[in-house]
Amino acid sequence: MSTLLEVSGVTVSFDGFRAINNLSFQIGAAELRAVIGPNGAGKTTFMDIVTGKTRPDEGHILWGEKSISLIGMSEAKIAQAGIGRKFQKPTVFEDQTVQENLLMALRKDRSPLAVLLFRPSVPDLDRVAELAAEIGLTEMLLRVSGELSHGQKQWLEIGMLLAQEPRLLLVDEPAAGMTLAEREKTTAILTEAAKTRAVVVVEHDMEFVRRLNCKVTVLHEGAVLAEGSLDHVTKNKDVSVVYLGR
Amino acid sequence: MNRSFIARNPSVLIFLSILALFTLLVTLLSEGFGAGLVSTSMVKTLGKTLCLCLIAVAMDLIWGYTGILSLGHFAFFGLGGYMIGMWLMFERTRQIVVTSLSEGVLPPTPEDIQAAIGNQIFGVVGSSEFPLIWMFADSLVLQLAFVVLVPGALAFVFGWLAFRSRVTGVYLSILTQAMTLGLSLYLFQNASGLRGNNGLSGLQNLPGVTAPQSVVSLWFFWASALALALGYLLVAWVVSGKFGSVIRGIRDNEARVRFLGYSVESYKLAVFTLTACISGIAGALYYPQAGIINPAEVAPIASIYLAVWVAIGGRGRLYGAVIGTALVSLVSSWFTGGQAPDVNLGFYTIKWVDWWLVLLGLSFVLVTLYAPRGIGGLFDLVARKNPGEGP
Ligand SMILES: Nc1ncnc2c1ncn2[C@@H]1O[C@H](COP(=O)(O)OP(=O)(O)O)[C@@H](O)[C@H]1O
Ligand SMILES: [Mg+2]
Repeated sequence: MSTLLEVSGVTVSFDGFRAINNLSFQIGAAELRAVIGPNGAGKTTFMDIVTGKTRPDEGHILWGEKSISLIGMSEAKIAQAGIGRKFQKPTVFEDQTVQENLLMALRKDRSPLAVLLFRPSVPDLDRVAELAAEIGLTEMLLRVSGELSHGQKQWLEIGMLLAQEPRLLLVDEPAAGMTLAEREKTTAILTEAAKTRAVVVVEHDMEFVRRLNCKVTVLHEGAVLAEGSLDHVTKNKDVSVVYLGR
Repeated sequence: MNRSFIARNPSVLIFLSILALFTLLVTLLSEGFGAGLVSTSMVKTLGKTLCLCLIAVAMDLIWGYTGILSLGHFAFFGLGGYMIGMWLMFERTRQIVVTSLSEGVLPPTPEDIQAAIGNQIFGVVGSSEFPLIWMFADSLVLQLAFVVLVPGALAFVFGWLAFRSRVTGVYLSILTQAMTLGLSLYLFQNASGLRGNNGLSGLQNLPGVTAPQSVVSLWFFWASALALALGYLLVAWVVSGKFGSVIRGIRDNEARVRFLGYSVESYKLAVFTLTACISGIAGALYYPQAGIINPAEVAPIASIYLAVWVAIGGRGRLYGAVIGTALVSLVSSWFTGGQAPDVNLGFYTIKWVDWWLVLLGLSFVLVTLYAPRGIGGLFDLVARKNPGEGP
């Protein structure tokens, strides 16, 4: 399997504190991966680095078949290159409708002039409707997204990610604050998405990770502690020390 | 502009109809063309108010929709005024000079004429040389182009530097204040070439026009109404589609917009520059009605007032900005113009010229605290569109 994203030897310090410490990570073009780790392990920071929000002090981040370096590229350019991101806290544009949120995310020319002249065509609206159906928000299409429930906002954000048609999805704690039924639906959306693209799910809920049924990377103090199937990593002695303190 | 745009935005049509009706009414009651119930100076005041409404629409685009609290847009307004003022002053002086020189024995050479104009215009600052920036003052077309280009260029350079370094929030507001203060201080110098603190004057006289002020004032009133209508239409169109979605997104969560793949800086720069151009046009129509422009006009406080008007009217809705500006600026000129009767409390006399600012500040605080949607928010209450949300 070809590698889509390759992170090697990345280090980031905040005022001398090493949040990410010589981290290496790889993911293939159509793969689902769970990244777990205790609070403060550096999971969110890892996403910040890949998406261009935080610049690493050291290391390489290579992307795609041509192995382009992502370091130094702007957030917008990285997003255009095909990396989509869902935040830990659901962040949708609350005073705009579900449809407007999805239209904004739709993969189109993003230059100001093109956007100014853009008027949604019938295929665009069809695509939006299709996405809304996928995330179960068909009824809510014309509602202001601030009116959605917490879980629905999370799905809308995932829908916006899918609308971008990224090759890599970075999803930060999607199941936080969700009911059991909502979690099941979220699992289904993510595993479906991973059939055609790479998906990295950050989570610290083990039950949710088990349901994803995929390879797991354990982060601890900014470095990879273990990697493999969930059963494999939970048998790892270091991992049980970190998680269970023994 | 397709039909669905107007259909989707009924408030635009309502606004334009009211504006047209108002223009007609003022014309019919004016001294120049009608019953004479509205004085010429009142026509000028109303015309100037329309120009202020136009810059308020621009302010609403940059602040209300894009979330950038610019406290410097009066710099662009003033620059627009200076650009048209240069032509008005040059051309009128030229005509006067040519007339008076032609009464002499010898026909004047072009050098004589140029020197005489220079003397007339720059005598007050102890000079008779034409500064370089007056190079094109004899060309109406070029000076009209500068009305848009000069504010646009300043905004582009300023915005490029500020947005690229990701200056946001209150820091950006302070920077815009510094910009307008800097411009004002520069213009105050005689060496600026724009007559220092004298500014440009006599702008109410159109060169070569013999019509009385009662008529000229109406021409400017109509032009201001037309400019406001077109500016309103343009901005309403800009905010109506996906561009509007993106800039409102920037206002609410700019990091999220970046991760969607939009270059936030380009959008901010585009909006900042566009609103500066609109402000320049508004200024170019305002100052011929005021008759004079001087560096005090671009003092930092002017841009702060603009923000107050828009806040009181209700930002993020264009008619709110217009209502707030029209109301507050008219009431303000009533109070500060000395027309408001003083209130004698026996132990103290309230002089409105002094106390008006306190009143304005108080209403600003009250609106911010109790009616963040401003006067425009009242329309929601009437329309009951959003019954769930407060005023
Ligand atoms: N911008 C920042 N400045 C300083 N410290 C930070 C910053 N971002 C993250 N950290 C620190 O880095 C560590 C990793 O944080 P984070 O990536 O958010 O962890 P996780 O998402 O795994 O819970 C934490 O100790 C956090 O306090
Ligand atoms: Mg986190």
